[in-house]
This record gives sequence, C-alpha cells and structure tokens, in this order.
Amino acid sequence: MEEFFTMVVLIADATSRVATPLILAALAGLFAERSGVVDIALEGKLLGAAFAAATVAAVSNSAWLGLAAGIGFSVSLAMIHAYACVTHKGDQVVSGMAINILVAGLGPTLALAWFRLGGQTPRVEGSGRFHPWHWPGAEALEDTPILGGLYSELVSGHNMFVYIALLTVPITAWVVYKTRFGLRLRAVGESPEAVDTAGISVDWMRYQALIITGVLCGVAGTYLSIAQNAAFLRNMSAGQGFIALAALIFGKWRPWPTMFACFLFAFTDAVQTRLQGVDIPGIGVIPVQFIQALPFALTVILLAGFVGKAIAPRASGLPYIKER
Amino acid sequence: MTTSETAPPAPSSDAPPALELSGIDKWFGPVHANDHISFAVPKGSIHGIIGENGAGKSTLMSIVYGYYQADAGDILVGGKPVKITGPQNALSHGIGMVHQHFMLVEPFTVLENVILGAESGRLLAPSLEKARAELERLERDYSLEVDPDATIESLQVGLRQRVEILKALYRGADILILDEPTGVLTPQEVDQLFDILRALRDQGKTIILITHKLREIMALTDNVTVMRQGAVVANVKTAETSREQLAELMVGRSVLLRVDKTPAIPGAEVLALDNVSVKDGQGVRRVKGVSFDVRAGEILGIAGVSGNGQSELLEALAGIRPIESGTIRFKGTEIDATRMRDAREMRQMGLGHVPEDRQRMGLVVSFLANESSILGHHHDPKYTGKFLMRQKAIVEDVAEKMDRFDVRPSNPLLRTSSFSGGNQQKIVLVREMDQHPDLLLVGQPTRGVDIGAIEFIHKRLIAMRDEGKAVLLVSVELDEIMSLADRIIVMFDGNIVGELTQEEADERKLGLMMAGEQLGTAA
Amino acid sequence: MSTTAPTQVPRWVTHVLVPISNLVVAFIIAGIIIALIGEDPWQAMKLLILGAFGATDLIGFTLYYTTNFMFTGLAVAIAFHCGLFNIGGEGQAYVGGLGVGLVALYFGGLPAPIVIVLAILASMLFGAAWAFIPGYLQAKRGSHVVITTIMFNFLAAALMTYLLVEVLIEPGQQAPRTAEFASNTWLPYIHDIIRGLGIPFGQSSLNLSFVVAIVASVLVWVFIWHTRWGYEIRTVGANQAAAIYAGISPSRNIILAMMISGGLAGMVGINEIIGVHHRIILDFTAGFGFVGIAVALMGRNHPLGIFFAALLFGMLYQGGSELSFDIPTITRDMVVVIQGLVILFSGAMEHVFRPHIVNLYLRIVGRRMAAEPAE
Repeated sequence: MEEFFTMVVLIADATSRVATPLILAALAGLFAERSGVVDIALEGKLLGAAFAAATVAAVSNSAWLGLAAGIGFSVSLAMIHAYACVTHKGDQVVSGMAINILVAGLGPTLALAWFRLGGQTPRVEGSGRFHPWHWPGAEALEDTPILGGLYSELVSGHNMFVYIALLTVPITAWVVYKTRFGLRLRAVGESPEAVDTAGISVDWMRYQALIITGVLCGVAGTYLSIAQNAAFLRNMSAGQGFIALAALIFGKWRPWPTMFACFLFAFTDAVQTRLQGVDIPGIGVIPVQFIQALPFALTVILLAGFVGKAIAPRASGLPYIKER
Repeated sequence: MTTSETAPPAPSSDAPPALELSGIDKWFGPVHANDHISFAVPKGSIHGIIGENGAGKSTLMSIVYGYYQADAGDILVGGKPVKITGPQNALSHGIGMVHQHFMLVEPFTVLENVILGAESGRLLAPSLEKARAELERLERDYSLEVDPDATIESLQVGLRQRVEILKALYRGADILILDEPTGVLTPQEVDQLFDILRALRDQGKTIILITHKLREIMALTDNVTVMRQGAVVANVKTAETSREQLAELMVGRSVLLRVDKTPAIPGAEVLALDNVSVKDGQGVRRVKGVSFDVRAGEILGIAGVSGNGQSELLEALAGIRPIESGTIRFKGTEIDATRMRDAREMRQMGLGHVPEDRQRMGLVVSFLANESSILGHHHDPKYTGKFLMRQKAIVEDVAEKMDRFDVRPSNPLLRTSSFSGGNQQKIVLVREMDQHPDLLLVGQPTRGVDIGAIEFIHKRLIAMRDEGKAVLLVSVELDEIMSLADRIIVMFDGNIVGELTQEEADERKLGLMMAGEQLGTAA
Repeated sequence: MSTTAPTQVPRWVTHVLVPISNLVVAFIIAGIIIALIGEDPWQAMKLLILGAFGATDLIGFTLYYTTNFMFTGLAVAIAFHCGLFNIGGEGQAYVGGLGVGLVALYFGGLPAPIVIVLAILASMLFGAAWAFIPGYLQAKRGSHVVITTIMFNFLAAALMTYLLVEVLIEPGQQAPRTAEFASNTWLPYIHDIIRGLGIPFGQSSLNLSFVVAIVASVLVWVFIWHTRWGYEIRTVGANQAAAIYAGISPSRNIILAMMISGGLAGMVGINEIIGVHHRIILDFTAGFGFVGIAVALMGRNHPLGIFFAALLFGMLYQGGSELSFDIPTITRDMVVVIQGLVILFSGAMEHVFRPHIVNLYLRIVGRRMAAEPAE
C-alpha cells in the first residue's frame, strides 16, 4: 500500500512537471486561434524562448533576466508571424513552419558561436536558475501518513512555473469569457466582419492576441531551459509545442478542457517510463513507442470526427480582407 | 425627367429633413455608380428607394453609412452638413445600417452581439447587465421581442434581423437604413417586420428602405425615390403614384437592341419541370414549386431581379445543386435530381451550361486560355488520348474556336485573366455551344460585356435556336430577354408570376411582374 | 494624364525578379547572422561554394543531397497543385524507406534489377499509404491536412523506432538498425559507373537514385501538365467551384494528390536505404521532408524550378558540411537557418516586396519612356 501510494505521488509529480510547459503553450495557442490566426509555431517559440532564457541567465547569472529574455524573444517571433500573416495576409501555416525551422537552426548556431559548447548553453546554477519552492512545514509533515506525503511531495516542492501554469488556466478562462477583450477576441475569430462593422480593428485584435501568445510561450520555454533543466540543449522542446497544439484541439479551444488534455498527455509520458517492460495481464508488454505516440494518435482520431466534432473558430486560418 | 418628378417632396413641417443628399457623385473606375443624386428624407417617415440591379442604390447607401466616400456632393443630417468617415462616425450622427447579410457572431447570444463594440467598461458582467435593461426597454418600445440570452445560431432569420435592428437602435440610431431586408424572410416574417418599421416611424425614427419590390414600397413607404442606372429618375409621394408608374420608371424606355429573327418553330419538349423546389446552401428555400417546359427550337427567357431564385434554379438544372422536391424531365427521361449529380453526366446527356459567374465557376482565371477552353470537356477523345493530352490538337482547336467567335487576342496561350470580360464570355460560350448540346443553359450572358460582343453573342444564341436546339436564358437585363426570348417567364421570390410570349411582352408588364405583381391584379 | 507609363508589368518581373529578390533578402539576413557570430560572410560563401563544387567527389555529395530534395520537393509541389499543404514528407519518406528495406531484406535473393524495381515500387507504395489517411480525412471529413500530416510525422517516428528496436533489429546487435542488405540490392554508385567508362571521378554517396529522381521529375511534369488527371488536380487546387462545375470530384482528386505526394516522398528511401546506408537506420530522413517545403516554394511548384532549388539546398548542405571543417562555428544548423529564412520570405512573405519592386520597375521604365523624344 505504501509502495503504491508512493508510486501515485511520484507519477502525479512527474505529470505536473511535464504538463507545465504544455499548459502554457496550449493556452498561448488558444489566444491565437481564438482570434482567427493559426499558429503552428508554438514549438519554435518554446525552443526560442528556452535558448534566449538560458543564454541570458548564463551570462548574467540572473534567472529573472533570463525569463525576461525568453519572453522577449518569444514575443518577437510572434510579431514576425503577425507581420507576415495579419498585416501582409501571408499564409499562416507556411509562416509557422518557417519560424519553427528558423529557430531550430538559429538556437544551436548562436549557442555554438557564443559558448563553444557544441550547440548548447553553459549550465546555470544558483541565482541563474529557478529552484523548486518548498512550502512551509513541508519537511515537518513529510512523515505524516498520506496527507503529509501529499503535501510535501505533491503540493510543495514544485518549481514556481508549475503553480503559474495552473493559475494561468482560470485567468485565461476569466479573460476570454468575462472581459470586454475576451468578447472581442472570440468575435474576431468567429466573424471578423461583425467586428469590423462595429468599429473595432480586426488586425489590432489579432496582434494583441499574438502578443499574449508570445508571452505565454516565453514563460513555457524559460521553464524548459532554466527551471526544469539547467541549460539549453539542441531541440530540447522535442515536439512539445505540437503536443500542446494537439491538446488545444483536443480541448476544443476551451481553457479547462485544454488543461485536462495537457494533463492527460503528460500522464501518458510520466507513465511510460514505469510501464516499460511491465507485463499487463491480457495485453502483454506495451511498446514504449506506442505510449509516446498516444497524444498524436488521439488527436488524429478526434480530427477525424470520431470523438465528437472539433470545430475551430470559424475564421481560423483566413486572412481578413475587407470585401467591396 | 420633369422637375415635378425629381424635386424632393415639400416637407410637411418646418423641421429640416432627417437626411438630405445633394449632388452625390461616385465613380468606380469607368462605371458611374452614382450620378449627382439629390433627394431629402423627412424626419419620422419611411422612405423607399427602388431600382433594378446596378441602379446604384447599395452604393449610395454605403456612402451614407460611411463605408465609401463620395467623389462629390454633400450629406446633410438634420439640416447640417456632415462628413461621414466610417460606420462608427455615421452612428455618431445617428445613422445606422441594417445589412442585407447579417453581421452577427453566431455562437454569441443576442445580448453579446448587441454590446459588441459598444461595451461599457473592461468587465463584461456590468456591461451585460446595463445592456440588458436597455435592450428590454428597446424591445418593449418598438415591439422587437427577442430572447436576449438566445444564441444567434438558434434564431430564425426573421429574429436575427431584429437583432441587427436592435444593434443600431442600441447605439442611438435615429435614421435606420435597411438594404433589401425581406429577401430571406417568410411572408409572415415580412408582415412582422413591416409592423416593427411602422412602430419605429411612429416613435419618431426615420427609415430608409432599399428594395426592388413594389409591394413593399406601396405598402410601407411615405415617399419613394426611383433610381435607374446610377441616377435619380423620380422623387414622389407614395400616395400620389401607382405601381405601374413606378414600374415604368424603374425599368425605363431604353433603346432595344432587337435582333432580327424569324419566328420560332418549337419542336419536341426537351426539358420539363414539375413543382420543383430548391434550397440554397443555408437551407433557405429559394425556388418554390416552379413548373415550366422548354422546347427544341425555342429560347425560353427567365426574367427577374437577381436573388429571386434564378441562380439556384440554374445550378439545380446543371447538376451542381440537388433539388428539394419535384421532378425534372430531360429529353423525355426523368432525372433523379434530389441527389448531388455529376455535372459531367449532364453534359454527356446533351446539356451545356454557361454559368452566371464566369470567373467564379465558368473559367479558371489562373489557367491559360486553352486550358479554360476545355474545362468540363477534358475527357473528350479529341483533346486527350489514353494517357497524354493532345496539346497540339487542343491549341489548334481552341485557336480555331477563338477565330470563329472573334475572341481577341486570338491567342490560346495567354492567361485567361488577361482577356476582357466579353472575350472571356465568348470563350465559355464557344466551349459550351460547340458540343452541340440539346439544351443550353445560359446565365447573364452579357454581364460585363462590351456592345460589340453582346451583339455577337445574341446572334449566336439565335443561331443555336434556329438549328433546332433549346435555350434556357436567365438574365436580369430586360432588353436582352425581350429581344432574344420567344417566351418569357418571370421569377419573383422563388415563384413564377407570369408567362408572356415575345409579342405580348413589354416593359410595363414585365416591370410589374419583376417587382412582384401578378398579371391581372388590380392597380 | 501621361500615357507613357505602362500599367501592366511583364511576367518576368513578377515570376522571376520578385522570387529572386525574396531569396536575396533571405541570404542577406543569413549573412548578417553569420557576421553576428563573428565570421566573415563572404569567406563563408566562398568556402561553401568550393565545398559543394570544388572537386568531383564534392559535386557527387552535393547531387546526392539534391536527389533527396528533388523527391521531397516534388512531393510538396504536387500537393500544392491540389491546394493542399503536405507537411508529412518527413514521415512519408521514413515509411517509404521501410518499404524499401523490407524488400531488400526479404527479397534480396532475387536478381538485382528485379529487387531494385520492387524496392522502388515499395517505396512509392508505402509512402502513398502513409499519406492516404490524412488525404482521406481531409477529403471526406474536412480534417485539416496540415495538422494530420504533422501528427503522422510523429506517428511515423514512433512506428519506425518500435520496428527498428523490437522487430527488425539485427539479431545479436544493440544498435537499433537492421542487418546490412545483400550486395545485389545495392544501387550502383555513380562514381563507379563513371570510372567504369574510364573517366576518373571522386568517390561519394551519389548513386543511381539521382537518375530515378530526374526521371521522376520528368514524369511529374508530364503528369501535371499533360494528362487529364493532372488537369483535374490543378483545377481542384485553383478553383473548386469551377471543378464541380466541370464535373470534377474534389474529394477524389485530393486523395489522389496526397497519395502521389506521399509516394514521391517515399522515394527518398531509394536513395538513403539501398543507395547509401544499405540498411534501415533511425532517422535517416534527417529533416529532408521539411527542406522539400522550402524547395517547392522556391521552385514555384514546377519540376524545373524544383531541380534548381534542390540543387541550391544540396549545395548548402554539402557546402555547409565542408564549411564547418574550416569555420567550426558554422555548422549544419546554419543551413537550417537559411532554410527557415527561405520559407519565410519565399512563402509567407512572398508578396511583401512585390509592390515595391513593381513600383520601382514602373518608375524606371516610365522615366526611360519619358526620356524618349516625343513625336
């Protein structure tokens, strides 16, 4: 019983850590998509922010400056996307692809040139890194059965980003559904002509949405390089930007369901290391790759319309051109 | 045009007119969309603007509510000249527009749509509360009942229109402009709308109604302005005019381009429709149980203002749109038209189709001319072998076609987009006609086509009919219908309101029917 | 009003000048980045070109890369002609390689020409199969082909990893790869062929699949512009309303275009698996699928343009590889940066500079015409 409980806590722990960047990135995508802009460059912004944060943190030995850099770089990438697609009505998918590829090459190139470490940034420690928060009384309560363990392992001891990610969900829900900005945001994604005739600038709304996208991806990327880990490594985002996109679709572009989708996908990741080689009665050993492929397969099944319809905001992907 | 016809009606009181236009002029390239328009709308009245397609009504109203800027002329609101720079600015002067195609966000509720852009403050909850109170007041005052918490998706078209009106009123509009508001409404909804408009007027609002339907003008308006080809041809009090007079003014006595032709010798029935109904893409029934036939060796013309179901009818006959109910018989065989058919099937059965919108449907403008010239016929053995297409044969064939139909420049290797409208249309025509179809469906054949090409196209259509083929011609141009068609039927609001032979037809009768009057109804 | 200035710009301005300008901008920015990391862009460019074309073996490697990019470029292009964005070239190439490898492993006993033909067919079949589902879902259920092909890339990676680790792994070995294929499944190397003619030629990975790529380019050209199926695909891509009017089925053509696209991408397997590595290895696609997007955009979706664009990227890959020996700070990653810039400026921002270039052209021509003496 004790062992099982420990395993549950450890898995929940791992799930939260993996879910954190997913939640932030997925919500970033939510703002973009809700405004009618397709953004497949969550991955690129994640990676770019990770690089910028790690670089500045290593040089300045300040994790907070690193966070600022991560956000700044991610927002810049989002603005490139905005300039190409909103102002110049360029193809949103091509632009997203371009940004992903550009960042994948730029990070290691700059890192190699500046640090000569084979494409990664130097390790950060101490003040250059974000450390887990230990809540008061965690150590004292450690040995208390169940509740103590839960408190000291699961609730306390996470990086601040985990708590931020969880907080972002209700904040996003509030902004999108309870504020004037959120109303206009949702309107722009569904019916830009209605917004236009109401005297609101469609392009400016989309720019604002993409700024938020940049900020959230910036936070997520910073977590990856100087909180969860201690440096930027080539390709460290490893597709998480796409998993976040999948979670967003799975959550039908709504904050809480998207969060649950992120937890679901993070859970499969946390569990797969434990399930390796384990013989499940009736099924046998599940290959680890199958579990890793689960988020992607689920998304395809959803898109095929087998698990209910995933209807994107109506104007998603279409540049807004005033009609005669 | 006599001065008594065009002078604005004398105001009934000393109050300045709610809206006055003076010398409004607007060009779109070579097209003179608005030609020195002047009239005045008294406060607290319902003013109608009637005219055919292309008369310039919508352009004029777009200038009034700020979507376009006029090239010259003044707008006066309440007697004072104003500059209207955009829709928001128009609203600040009290001018609100109710669009023909609603500008609503479907998943939102009525309340949310009403406050969009006119919210009071950053947080939604207080805005919604304040708006709800105001909305309920407006609904009561003007009999515009609609559930504020219903989503637009769940509302019928008539109720959606009320939301559009409420939007304008919520923002303080005193002058409401409605552009063809009844196109998508059922007769009951139309009557309800009329009641609402009368209530608005009685409360001191000013209404401007743009329409092509005489019944609405006669039933609802206090004054009416008639527009034709960009200019005002009359400004009269509704009570002092009649349907016939308005119809004549609307349609005009223009010079007819009559083509010389011998009388038709109709042969066997080629196409027969029995009680056919067609719905459009939004599920609105656009063709409501029409029946008619077309015989070999004759041209049947379908007249009517666009938007009365002709487009959907044409698409249904061509095999692009399924019908809702009824039967279609083509060359004696009944066709199962309730399913989505293959346009290729219809072609193989002997149907040709010159679509109304050549750029959207009849051609691929990015293709080279010879590629557009084989559209729909690319499986023909003279164009393609088992694997490869016969490029040389295609180019030769197309060049020959272009010569015969005088397409200029007669170069098959030019991009389709570089040909003028008339030449593009000729490309489509020769493509469809050269297959010697038994029935040729033709929609708006001379839209955007120059005079010389018009004559050529008309001659070709007559020639087809003289060869014993059948032609179904849909056109909004009365001149064209009257000079080409042997028989004319008029469509209004999805129904056929009458049929005339070429001898019987004149502008007055046709004008009346196009505006909704059945032949033989009292004046 | 002056009638001297022309209002129509000639085709070469919009079809050659604008794309080249986009490319030049991409390279200028790349040069700036190189300068930013403290190296000399001109020196880098010189070394790059020398590294790609300076000797016969180097040319061989350049063309070996070009082969892959031709396949993936053609794949993306044909999907574009139908109005579809196939991002799944990476996964389709991976699975195509699986097909090739399976033929080589289990039919290696057959005479060489037969095995090779079977392998080519298998690469096309497997690649097409991997593109079929996204194509079908787009055509029949409206699922966006961009998202589904991205997902299928990841699924391909998972599938191939599983197969290479658990199923196809060489018995008794640790590395996740298959056993080496029998030698009669190996595609002949080009340098061997040329040397056999008595001409000295440096050794490289360039193999017969280069010829297959050229043949494929010609066949694709014929198919798209000289057959009625190509005509139908192009019509669906250009104007769906006109396609329906003409009795052309959009869904059928979407599926067909995707399958051909996947088949072309799958042919990367011929080059990599039986041309160079002679076994199935992990991740042999190494981003080639994504380069295909840049190549198709640069090449304006035409096989000839694709050939030159593929050659350009082949030069970048090979030259970049050599360059990193001399200037260690410039690695393959820089090539990826250039790739991203090309896609950005030739794809997403392709119209940004057009009005300025057109205005410039009109001004120059107008000035020249005004300078001519009046009659």
